[in-house]
Amino acid sequence: MSTMERGVGQDSARIAATDRRGFLAEGLRTLGALSLAGGVGFLAGRRGQEEILVWQLDPDRCMACGNCATHCVLTPSAVKAVQFYPLCAMCDLCTGYFDLGHLRLDTAAENQLCPTGALRREFITEQAGVPRFEYHVDEPLCIGCGKCVKGCAMMNGSLYLQVRHDRCVRCNQCSIALACPTDAFRRVPASQPYLLKRKARMLLAHTVSEGPSG
Amino acid sequence: MKFPHSSPDRSIIRGSLALLSARIPKVLSRALRAKIAHGQAGNSPPFSRGGTIGLITLLGFLCLVLWSNSLVAQTMLVRPEVPGYDPPDWAAKVQQAAPRSWWREYLDVAILGLGIAAAGWLGLVRRSRRGLLLLTVASVLWLGFWRKGCVCPIGAIQNVSLAIADANYTLPLAVALVFALPILGTIFFGRTFCAAVCPLGAIQEIVALHPVKLPEWVDHVFGLIGYVYLGLAVMFAVLGTSFVICQYDPFVAFFRLGGSLELVVVGIGFLLAGIFITRPYCRFLCPLGAVFRCISPLARWHVRIPPEACIQCRLCENVCPYNAISPPAAPLRPSARRTARQRFLMAAAMVPIWVLMGGVLGRLVGPILSRADARIQLADRVWLEERGQVEGTTDASDAFRKSGAHPDALYAEAAMRQLQYQQGGMWLGIWIGLVVGLKIVQLSRYRTRDEYEPERSRCFSCGRCFWYCPVEQKRLGLIEDLAPYLPEAREKSLQPVASASDES
Repeated sequence: MSTMERGVGQDSARIAATDRRGFLAEGLRTLGALSLAGGVGFLAGRRGQEEILVWQLDPDRCMACGNCATHCVLTPSAVKAVQFYPLCAMCDLCTGYFDLGHLRLDTAAENQLCPTGALRREFITEQAGVPRFEYHVDEPLCIGCGKCVKGCAMMNGSLYLQVRHDRCVRCNQCSIALACPTDAFRRVPASQPYLLKRKARMLLAHTVSEGPSG
Repeated sequence: MKFPHSSPDRSIIRGSLALLSARIPKVLSRALRAKIAHGQAGNSPPFSRGGTIGLITLLGFLCLVLWSNSLVAQTMLVRPEVPGYDPPDWAAKVQQAAPRSWWREYLDVAILGLGIAAAGWLGLVRRSRRGLLLLTVASVLWLGFWRKGCVCPIGAIQNVSLAIADANYTLPLAVALVFALPILGTIFFGRTFCAAVCPLGAIQEIVALHPVKLPEWVDHVFGLIGYVYLGLAVMFAVLGTSFVICQYDPFVAFFRLGGSLELVVVGIGFLLAGIFITRPYCRFLCPLGAVFRCISPLARWHVRIPPEACIQCRLCENVCPYNAISPPAAPLRPSARRTARQRFLMAAAMVPIWVLMGGVLGRLVGPILSRADARIQLADRVWLEERGQVEGTTDASDAFRKSGAHPDALYAEAAMRQLQYQQGGMWLGIWIGLVVGLKIVQLSRYRTRDEYEPERSRCFSCGRCFWYCPVEQKRLGLIEDLAPYLPEAREKSLQPVASASDES
């Protein structure tokens, strides 16, 4: 606010007061702008090894409670089941695939755990009379309810839940993290946005160090 | 049949060991209980003999495990090797779903910056209410529905707070800019960001179809909620509890076309109320709005109502739904000036008392705030479960037991966090006390004005005032003559504020 905009006929005291106020405001403005730029620059410049953090859930802490399916801001959820193939035992009677109260050992809907039929069972081979199946997660169908994950956890636990980053809208505060009973959600570096189970990490480390046997 | 991972798989051995070690205490306690039941506990020390039994069992199991680990491995289901079949590449499948590329984040920041510049230009230079409204719609579409209203400058306050408190949390540059740009915009142009760029403000501006003027005290009193909310949000962010501003954003459910039922209901409530009570969120709740109310009075440039000399027609005062237009005020008479000065000094002297009271009360209230903390909730739950005061377990307490941590460690952590909340509550109380004290100081200030001016702290720069201003309309060539708008008695409106505002 400059004195120029003021009308004529004002006494000099008021003009002086306006000048003083204008000067103070100018000083505060400059100070504010500079400290804001400096502070934000410092905070953003003080980055550690990674620049960006994204939300991910730690599969070792996950209890597959089902909140991922219901609490994500997206419908269906950004969380999906992931198959860690190296751990899957290709069972005939898969506890992640079949409802434990299944009627028969077939793929009818009433025998399956998955409410959307997103877990596909594919026959691979028969070895010594034992049929072997591969289980695939059909991601577009998966709603992240974790029923298969809970089932699989009784055996090897090769199925686990992960935030799929092609879907996640990266809310500032993840709604699922708020609802997660086991505090499994945390911010992870965007360059390594997926977490493995400890079991899977050990298996991979072993495969890398000694080479795949057989 | 050959199992590729069977013989050398240490994870299986470790797993069996873990299983075994979990069994030892049971073995021990069983032996001990048997002893006590037979009345032998008094003579020989029970622990050493029980321990021997446990040790022998352990060694036996160890030998068994090491000797025939392939046998143990078979009990763990092992992936069979199928000749001629390669499983899908797990890693490649995961890599495909990489996070969205980051240049888009910076594009959004650039668009936000452009929006702020455009709002400043439209409000201050072009003086176009229509342009501001168009920008409002664009903002709701882009920042709201397309970008899903996240990260927004209001929520970014929490990221910045967390970054200050926690050195491990790195503030992304994009979020830092989202925080800084609107504040810089406000320092220079006043609240033009609120007018047309902020998607939350924009959606409320669009629904404000039938504005009703509220009494001014409503703005003053309920406007304080924003400062309290700001203090709470900063406290919870600093303590790492949660980002409450994001958690209780009433409009984000619309932008995402989905959300919890309560928030959708609250959002609809805000929009319905917003038809009459214009911008209820901005005026009474918005934490960033609270910050802006302090910054905006210092703005370098600000929306001006008449382009030339004010004709004191009072149309702008009537049309402003935010009580943000101050009528001209003549200098006070000497006697009134003395009382006003006394009142001002009194209010200023009261500020430390308000701060002290706030600090003491906040310290007392702090533990209540700690109930929002997940760790403290868990500690409470585990405590109750351990003492059998509640039935059953929750997912959280199950997971805690699965983790193998001792409850005492959890209790200690909870007690420490409780102390942090007490301290946080004290600072929050000091903040609220300061806000209340300074508000009273501000209310006891008296400033003289020659013309109708926007009250800079509350003015959203929405443009209604100059859109209705006859001087402006004459400048635009919409009307020829100002005569019908001239007040019949110009002197009348130059009387002190109290009598002038009573007539509206």
